[in-house]
Amino acid sequence: MDTSPSPYIPNTESDQQAMLQAIGIASVDQLFADIPAGARNPALRLPVPQSELELRRELEELAEDDLTSLPSFLGGGAYRHFVPAVVRYLVGRGEFATAYTPYQPEISQGTLQGIFEFQGLVCQLLAMDVANAGLYDGASALAEACLMACRLTGRRRIVALDSVSPRLLEVLRTYTQALDIEVATLRALPPSLKNDVACVVLQHPNFYGYLEDAEGAARTAQAAGALLVMSVDPISLGLLRPPGELGADIAVADGSGLGAAVSFGGPSVGLLACRQQYLRQLPGRLVGQTRDLDGRLGYVLTLQTREQHIRREHATSNICTNDSLVALASTIYLAAVGKSGLRQIAELCYHKAHYAAQRIAALPGYKLPLAGTFFKEFPITCPRPPGEVNAALRERGIVGGLDISDLVPNGMLLCVTELHRRAEIDALIAALKAAA
Amino acid sequence: MALIPDSVEATRLLLMERSRPGRRGSTLPALDVPAAPLPEKRFLRRELPLPEVSEGELVRYFTHLSHLNYAVDTGFYPLGSCTMKYNPKWHDEAASLPGFSQLHPRQDALQAQGALRLIWELQQMLGEIAGLPGCSTALAAGAQAELAGMLIARAYHRARGDGGRRRTVLVPDSAHGTNPASAAMAGFQVVTVRSNAHGDMDLEALRSALSPQVAGMMLTMPTTLGLFDAHVQEVCRIVHQAGALVYGDGANLNAILGRARYGDLGFDMVHLNLHKTFSTPHGGGGPGAGVLCVSQELAPLLPAPVVARYEGGSRPLFEAVTPPQSIGRLHGFFGNFGILVRAYCYIRSLGEAGLLQVSANAVLNANYLRVRLRSAYRLAYDRPCMHEAVFSATEQKARGVRALDIAKRLIDYGFYPPTIYFPLIVDEALMIEPTESESKETLDSFIAALLAIDRESKESPATVRDAPRRAPVRRLDETTAARRPVLRWSPAREH
Repeated sequence: MDTSPSPYIPNTESDQQAMLQAIGIASVDQLFADIPAGARNPALRLPVPQSELELRRELEELAEDDLTSLPSFLGGGAYRHFVPAVVRYLVGRGEFATAYTPYQPEISQGTLQGIFEFQGLVCQLLAMDVANAGLYDGASALAEACLMACRLTGRRRIVALDSVSPRLLEVLRTYTQALDIEVATLRALPPSLKNDVACVVLQHPNFYGYLEDAEGAARTAQAAGALLVMSVDPISLGLLRPPGELGADIAVADGSGLGAAVSFGGPSVGLLACRQQYLRQLPGRLVGQTRDLDGRLGYVLTLQTREQHIRREHATSNICTNDSLVALASTIYLAAVGKSGLRQIAELCYHKAHYAAQRIAALPGYKLPLAGTFFKEFPITCPRPPGEVNAALRERGIVGGLDISDLVPNGMLLCVTELHRRAEIDALIAALKAAA
Repeated sequence: MALIPDSVEATRLLLMERSRPGRRGSTLPALDVPAAPLPEKRFLRRELPLPEVSEGELVRYFTHLSHLNYAVDTGFYPLGSCTMKYNPKWHDEAASLPGFSQLHPRQDALQAQGALRLIWELQQMLGEIAGLPGCSTALAAGAQAELAGMLIARAYHRARGDGGRRRTVLVPDSAHGTNPASAAMAGFQVVTVRSNAHGDMDLEALRSALSPQVAGMMLTMPTTLGLFDAHVQEVCRIVHQAGALVYGDGANLNAILGRARYGDLGFDMVHLNLHKTFSTPHGGGGPGAGVLCVSQELAPLLPAPVVARYEGGSRPLFEAVTPPQSIGRLHGFFGNFGILVRAYCYIRSLGEAGLLQVSANAVLNANYLRVRLRSAYRLAYDRPCMHEAVFSATEQKARGVRALDIAKRLIDYGFYPPTIYFPLIVDEALMIEPTESESKETLDSFIAALLAIDRESKESPATVRDAPRRAPVRRLDETTAARRPVLRWSPAREH
């Protein structure tokens, strides 16, 4: 056997010899004898190993091929928000980052109490009764919420407003495709629904950034015995009424805006919370408070009879590994910005987005196609195809908005957050004007 | 007087109990544009019940919480089937490079060539390692990849006009719980197939379970018993003869890294857990990343997006595409990209020779534990193992000490316990996976601890049953936790 070139393997040749001797064999290869000879030891075509220094230089170069240094007005489900340094510092601690799922609670109280804090803050943010330990992202959280609604109602029809993000709907359709569940999309809810609907799905603010009549949707859904599933932007809840107050039965969100780097869309964390009576149908992990033999307060994974490792094919979901460390980042973020900070961030987003929208609407050739109230995103219509406008913006050192011309003729979805300084917004306005 | 504050005491209060009106933990810029009128009152939040704490308090609270955790960075973590190997630190830094961490997933492909190229290269490398060339990395965890694989099996049979009939998926009795749960989410009935007396697939049971109604089989290889089934190629052949597909659960790839490839063995699909085999940190339960590798034939069905490479111009162009008969999208964007960067770094650091060293030392370490412990603990299957050794603590149980007690007592000796009571087919299972990251000295002290606990089971079983005594808390009342669930802080409750 070769001696180890790897800094991640401590065994020396003499260690290996001693161990082989203890086992009573001559070479490690004997341990692989069960692998069929014809399939054993294939030659792999892989790049040659690199030292940390070499690979670091290569990765730095690779990362420079990604344009991230310019002001960007992209949103559409992934958002760049300010992350206080304290968040990354704390979640970077190896005691959190290199632990496993807290199956042995006595030596996992840090992770467990962190998740308990997460469940609590998610409930407080969404004004819901119970929250789980998190799912993968906002998209899988919405899909799981709808599956949960189907189980709770015994129905197989999901009605979604067509203002829900196409990406969210795509994931929902993938998750439900094999289960005889129909996903219908409607421009607006009719005054009443048939009683075969499991849930009404609403995004608030919706894909275009605008607020929906959630209370009306809740009444319509509940009159038909259906549940209201709401997908929300957690940052908006610093300012906007939470889903629990608007009548949502299940609320979900993508948590990446709460303290995680945008990181090309992942890892994120999916938030999922519901009313108390739906607790037993929650997917994913839950942490509960309890006491130890000495009466000391402690935390454990609980109600695990919903989960795959106990219930197997009858579980409420197949989820096992989730995005726990990002949930911890959300927890620390919500505490770091706190009550006044989240409100302030939401207001900064709101006012800056409205400043931008108002200035753009005054430009010749540009329009705001939608009426109503928006939060931090809004579509504009451009005088030229948005692809061309974005190319012109890029020339002026700006990454423009999301091209939504497949949904709105010449439409571009812009996102403005607390990260944008007035000068950057003004530069966007000037560049749009020049691109008209 | 203690020099360091007691972390248990320092973490007694929850965030809301530490909160004081007027404190804050971060600062934000003032508004630099004219304020717009706020939305109507019916849209506005009245109360925002979030904590108010200073930055320093926050750091102390979570630092103390971290002290209550056992982690790979603090000690030996031989949790079977979880592959708790060392997580290289600079890989975390690589994922934090601004070009990766600040990259928006909706950015034009031309402005995201670095990330797309990295994903493409990772697809190629993982496809090569798995021996299955089609590859999607846009899955957040192993279970999500399993669901994708089962949806592919469904779509495959439907495309052949056989979808209405093939409604069953076979799962061995030793499988992870995610396997049957994923098959059920893809609309399949699950039929369990038993293992034989050697821990391998019972070929007779397999043959009788197969029928024209079977769409596929999910098989973990090496198995959760830590064994490599020498008949695996025959198993795949038998399943294929019945017209069904073989799905591999690659949770235990670490043992055969570079030594066997799922495609060569006859598997049609396999998922790889980057947070196990490829050293990305577990994060206390995630984020991980599942990668689904499939045969050329099944590649058009892969979930979106897959990164494609186009030649032309001065340099190749990388772009995210939707495969022609894709089952759809399961993740909002590209999966857990930050985790993909770390796994990419790991493979590039090691190369083929390094990967072979991984499997060699992982299997050597496991077999060393196996032979050193088998005099005291009964082996579930007495034969050479792969990455983990599975013991059955039935003899200790007869003395009044259960696998659970042994696990808790290991905590007092300074170790994270192995996986217990899994696989389900082993009584009082102790499933020990050392990984290649551990030194012989660590293994020797762990062996000494387990041998000492065996002696204690004869001489002072109460000590073992009373463990742990050296952890931040003693055994916790899980029954009450489930019977009267307290799942969040609330102001009304007395803590």
